[in-house]
Amino acid sequence: MKESKDKMIQMLEDMMVIREFESTVQKHFAEGEIPGFVHLYLGEEAVAVGACNALEEKDYITSTHRGHGHLLARGGDVNKMMAEIFGKATGYNKGKGGSMHIADVSLGILGANGIVGAGLPIAAGSGITSQILDTGAVTLCFFGDGASNRGTFHEAINLASIWNLPVVFVCENNMYAISMPQYRSDGRKGQNIKDVSDRAVAYGISGVTVDGNDVMAVNEAVTEAVKKARNGGGPSLVECKTYRHRGHFEGDPTVYRSDEELEEWKKKDPISRFKNLLKDQELLDDAEYDELKEKVEARIKEAVDFSQNSPDPDPSEVTTDVYYGEGV
Amino acid sequence: MSKLTYAEALREAMAEEMERDKSVFIMGEDVGVFGGCFGVTGDLVERFGEDRVRDTPITETAIVGSAVGAAMTGSRPIAEIMFAGFLGVPMDEIFNQAAKMCYMTGGQAKVPMVLRAPNGAGIGAAAQHSERTEAWFVHVPGLKVVYPSTPADAKGLLKSAVRDDNPVIFFEHKILYNHKGEVPDDKDFTIPLGKADVKREGKDLTVVATGILVTYALEAAEKLAEEGIEIEVIDPRTLVPFDKETVLDSVEKTGKLIIASEETKRGSFTSEVSAVVAEEGLFLLEQPIKRICAPDAPVPFSSALEKVYIPGPEKIISAVKEMV
Repeated sequence: MKESKDKMIQMLEDMMVIREFESTVQKHFAEGEIPGFVHLYLGEEAVAVGACNALEEKDYITSTHRGHGHLLARGGDVNKMMAEIFGKATGYNKGKGGSMHIADVSLGILGANGIVGAGLPIAAGSGITSQILDTGAVTLCFFGDGASNRGTFHEAINLASIWNLPVVFVCENNMYAISMPQYRSDGRKGQNIKDVSDRAVAYGISGVTVDGNDVMAVNEAVTEAVKKARNGGGPSLVECKTYRHRGHFEGDPTVYRSDEELEEWKKKDPISRFKNLLKDQELLDDAEYDELKEKVEARIKEAVDFSQNSPDPDPSEVTTDVYYGEGV
Repeated sequence: MSKLTYAEALREAMAEEMERDKSVFIMGEDVGVFGGCFGVTGDLVERFGEDRVRDTPITETAIVGSAVGAAMTGSRPIAEIMFAGFLGVPMDEIFNQAAKMCYMTGGQAKVPMVLRAPNGAGIGAAAQHSERTEAWFVHVPGLKVVYPSTPADAKGLLKSAVRDDNPVIFFEHKILYNHKGEVPDDKDFTIPLGKADVKREGKDLTVVATGILVTYALEAAEKLAEEGIEIEVIDPRTLVPFDKETVLDSVEKTGKLIIASEETKRGSFTSEVSAVVAEEGLFLLEQPIKRICAPDAPVPFSSALEKVYIPGPEKIISAVKEMV
């Protein structure tokens, strides 16, 4: 019970870190301090945290354009992350990647990817390395409902299936590919099935759909899939139904969905739900929660201070890192 | 030294690298029991097993995308795309994933992979199976582009490509697969990427040629020598990085430059060589550069048309005679 309590509190804290981090990015983006595009993970925290907590250190993940949550859940350094999003030299990618490409390769993160669906074949390839070098590593591939309509989805899952690769494909179904609904009974839709996981059967792999706003449900399903993959049972597809609180990117007027729909989903907010569950089970009280919140806020504030006080990349950096280990 | 075909030399390079390094593996369509569409992988599946010589379904996107993922996690994949004309299918995986991963991660990620692709026309395979696509990749920062013209170069360059920590697009000309030549047996024989080779020395005119056009330029050189014209033939061997010094040194000596390639002319590798020489060696030239390429049209099917389409030795000979 002690271990599971610690793990549950840790998962709550991880989700709170993502929430605070993303809310802070939202604010500084609005103030014009952050260039480019940002795609926030607000509302989807339970997926990254539930899934990444099913992994071991040697495992890998592939992330997406909405990737801050994945990196944070995998243990990313908030200072280096925020500095990258601010475009500073001290960022994870030396200011060359930004929000959409933020990654810590040493944590087994095989890039956050600006091309929707690009991570699936990369994850399959990571699975090939596990087989060829017999590493025992499992690769967890995050992708969205939008990506599930790309050819990469088909080709990568088929390859993983025929070669029995140790890959867990985690579909974050946040209901919209920008403005295109994943499924509706009538009107515009991206696909004619309610559950993306229905597609698993076509590849001869197991597929489940879970409540993506329930961190324990996500963790349980992904833990099972990871265990299966690690034991030679091959790939699985785990669909987590969730919802983004913000638009596709900051600045998206979200004309394609109603305020009522958003409010309904906010009632199912993954963090308040999990906090209430922990309180009901007497694993957390209000004072402990407030303490946690203060700690998280201080951490993110420090990350902003670090970023604001960090230098811009040197102009000479424009042409470095084009080739690995070669200056220019 | 052994006398090997270009295809055998490539196979030997792969076998040696797989013996040397257990992280090296092969994947592609029909590379296993079938031995490769052009027989290049041959018996490698019998020697290394199905785990390391992986037959894939028809799935170019997953072949290249998974090569990227394998390379990022400690493997050194050699992926075969059956024809260079199929490289458009996995283009995102090449130019957005393989090529940019190192830069986008600020130098954290390395992608040591080789993508082998049979290039070129001459077998009546029509437009989609005769493509020469090297220029597409020359344009992309983060990729290296290799194109050997002899069996020895094929072996030495492929071994270097496998050992390189960056994505390498490795073009092989279909007509060259059966060409024979002396190939060093030394398991540590490699040819550095970025080093051109002067295939024949000459004082009167410089021909920079790639792929099968190196063979044609050397044939032309033999005939021209009978008439007392000595042309210098340079094979860049790697298009990226490009050894411009060797070319500029030669142009300084001869003052005349022909660039010959089987590519369609517009926006080809010959355009790049021309631009580099114009920027850095314009006053070394005694007269304008000439380029010998295929016309800006898809490769025709009929042998009668294909013969006209492909630039052969006679085109080089007449261009040289116009210039000297």
